[in-house]
Amino acid sequence: MADLSINLAGIKSPNPFWLASAPPTNSGYQVQRAFEAGWGGAVWKTLGDPILNVSSRFAAVSFNGQRVAGFNNIELITDRPLEVNLKEIYETKKRFPDHAIIASVMVEPQQEKWHEIIKRIEDVGVDGYELNFGCPHGMAERGMGAASGQVPELVEKQTYWAKEAASKPVIVKLTPNITDITVTAEAAVRGGADAISMINTINSLAGVDIHSWNTIPHVGGKGAHGGYCGPAVKPIALNMVAECARNPRIDLPISGIGGISNWQDAVEFLLMGSTGVQICTAAMHHGFRIVEDMIEGLSNYLDEKGIVSVMDIVGKSVARYSDWGNLDLNYKVVARINNDVCINCNKCHIACEDTSHQCIDMLKDTSGISFLRVREEDCVGCNLCSIVCPADGAIDMIELTNELPPMTWNERQEFLGNIGNERVDFVK
Amino acid sequence: MEMTSPLKDDLEMNFQEAERGLSHREALEEANRCLYCYDAPCIQACPTGIDIPSFIKKIASGNYKGSAKTIMTANPVGASCARVCPTEELCEGACVLNHSTKPILIGNLQRYSTDWAIRNKQALFKAGKKNGKKVAIVGSGPAGLSAARELALLGYSVTIFEAEKNPGGLNTYGIVSFRLPQSISYWEVEQVKSLDVEIKTNTRVGLDVSADQLIADFDAVILAVGMSSVPKLGIEGEDLAEVYDAIDFVKATKTGVISDTFIGKKMAVIGAGNTAIDAATCSVRLGAEQVAIIYRRTEKEMTAYDFEFEFAKQEGVGFHWLTTPSRILSDESGHVTGIECVKMVLSEAGEDGRSRPVPVSGSEFVIPVDGVIRAIGQSRYIGLIEQFGIQHDDGVVIMEADSYKTSNEKVFACGDVIFGKGQGEAMVVSAAQQGKDTAYEIARILMGGAEDIA
Repeated sequence: MADLSINLAGIKSPNPFWLASAPPTNSGYQVQRAFEAGWGGAVWKTLGDPILNVSSRFAAVSFNGQRVAGFNNIELITDRPLEVNLKEIYETKKRFPDHAIIASVMVEPQQEKWHEIIKRIEDVGVDGYELNFGCPHGMAERGMGAASGQVPELVEKQTYWAKEAASKPVIVKLTPNITDITVTAEAAVRGGADAISMINTINSLAGVDIHSWNTIPHVGGKGAHGGYCGPAVKPIALNMVAECARNPRIDLPISGIGGISNWQDAVEFLLMGSTGVQICTAAMHHGFRIVEDMIEGLSNYLDEKGIVSVMDIVGKSVARYSDWGNLDLNYKVVARINNDVCINCNKCHIACEDTSHQCIDMLKDTSGISFLRVREEDCVGCNLCSIVCPADGAIDMIELTNELPPMTWNERQEFLGNIGNERVDFVK
Repeated sequence: MEMTSPLKDDLEMNFQEAERGLSHREALEEANRCLYCYDAPCIQACPTGIDIPSFIKKIASGNYKGSAKTIMTANPVGASCARVCPTEELCEGACVLNHSTKPILIGNLQRYSTDWAIRNKQALFKAGKKNGKKVAIVGSGPAGLSAARELALLGYSVTIFEAEKNPGGLNTYGIVSFRLPQSISYWEVEQVKSLDVEIKTNTRVGLDVSADQLIADFDAVILAVGMSSVPKLGIEGEDLAEVYDAIDFVKATKTGVISDTFIGKKMAVIGAGNTAIDAATCSVRLGAEQVAIIYRRTEKEMTAYDFEFEFAKQEGVGFHWLTTPSRILSDESGHVTGIECVKMVLSEAGEDGRSRPVPVSGSEFVIPVDGVIRAIGQSRYIGLIEQFGIQHDDGVVIMEADSYKTSNEKVFACGDVIFGKGQGEAMVVSAAQQGKDTAYEIARILMGGAEDIA
């Protein structure tokens, strides 16, 4: 069986599955239940000055009858006294010494505030800190969370202050509510962070009740933006992880967060440069027991691939992620329909006909049997037909051999630029 | 026998609709499973051409009124058809998911939408602006009702003449309540009536009003009277009081209080069509202890739909294949005591392509029964058809090719009255489509000018 243990900037845990700082890690009772279920680590619900919460707090987005495609919350950081949390962290760490406990922390952007809270937490035996620069609602209105996480200077300074006081690794958790996450990631690097984690939740309004006209959720008829997470945000999170992972100026381990629901999602994040992953919505949807399949699925995957340690797949897809300008313009795929598998729902036809490149024909054979065929010469290889196809294996995207050598847009521009510089006159 | 009331209540319960409708969640999940095919085969397989993917999509989006309207637009008896259509032979049989997972429960989803419309008292249609033309329809069954609905939408003044006390025809009287409650049929009737269609019930054409009168008073007449009673078996003992016509037998369970006279009785049903199944399952639910279907051919040749056959087996109905009744036995006081039968063998196929059953001599045997139900098909309203003076073949009205025109240019016909002799279809859903098509044909003729019949 493959070794699932990870070492993220010196924080060790028996597997890469951590609970993210959120309602599931609110108390010692919960975190201990999670560790019993098999979670490798937990980022404790953010410590800071206790706050007041509102009711209600959560909302979710259903898609085609499936619940919790996306999840939205307006809950704030811990509402329990710091000493209670610290006592429970101490007890939990004592019971589970091999599991990672990371204290999420948020205070006002002042040096002494950071020094004070870090010093108080140091003694209870946490394995590291995660600076919450991401919470987009409530706390941000008070200049904390995402409000400070959106200002690179504040990210850098606060990281520096936390590092001044901390003897354990410091992870900086980044907000996605920013145009380019690598800017704040670089600020964390400058502040001396040991690792970065991403993403925190995305500004969101889960919905509007079309009958009462209230927001979803609402607090006595009034709503405010919340933070969005769950399966719907996974592609956004994965891109941000990838952008940081492939940036040479951000040479830090990454803890990946955002819509990870199962071991396959986790593998994707690991391949894209995460050393471990943090999970919340999936646990809130199904309970802590889901980690059993995550561990087993990941382990079986690694065994089948003959990979000894989960650390060996970290970042393996990063080099394959680049800019559009580096993609080969001469690479060509086309759709091919396997008529023996096709169930003739014609979804590929109508998708292509109405919204893509009009190259799938509805035909009848000599005995009047309907079938679909791609006119390959007109197919641009957009994938749409294979995306909408509900029958597994009915449409293959076939790689065509191209006599032309690979040529990217950047190479093409460079080539044309050289021609321009040399003033080559093609007319001659 | 004096019955205790709880048992009678049980009998009443037996005639409540047997199948539960989909819950909201079930409907939502099933609707979301639909692929929303383009040029969907289910639409092509529906005789009324309901835009099935659309009505299902509308369930998924919560547009229930739109969903019900999509169904009822194409099929004026769509709520009944949701329950009685042989869906596995039609829409569900054509579903592309038969080739990958399992077909969508189209019938149940159709029921979900129409039940919603019924529960929420929706009026889905408005009568068209009156065009001054009048059409008489004889019979308010699926074909007549559908023709009336389409004509009313087009602005025709429609009067339906119905011999029975209540409208709806087969859907009201002929299909067992535990499959199709009368309330469903009445809702469909109300939908049509709300379009200013007059339905004269208890009015028998040929008796209360003459065929000539209708032809004289209306711009067109549609004959949609369906079929009549079950013919006689032609065997000794069939005039006994405990020998029933299957149509009447089923009808009795839909018109009055549920009878308790069949509790503990042994019943034989002659025939193996859908009506025979209905009579047999009705007998079971009336408390009969033993019910046997007697059929001269085999399971393979029976005309009942597969799901009807399955239902009958689940209800505990027994089957005597390759058996034909030769005599009904009774005691001195005239009570049926048994039915004498003869075993059959199948010979070469006859003219109709079906293998002919031949009696095996000396194979007589007696099945002890307390009652016999005839379900060997239905006879025709030949008298009425002849009153209209239109051509027919053994009571099957003869149609002009590819039309619903009879030999009288003002008289049209659709539904079971034109079914038989290789013509037409016997399903409720095809009767509905014929009704629609007849309406369009009349509209073409009355308004088109090219074939002016005035």
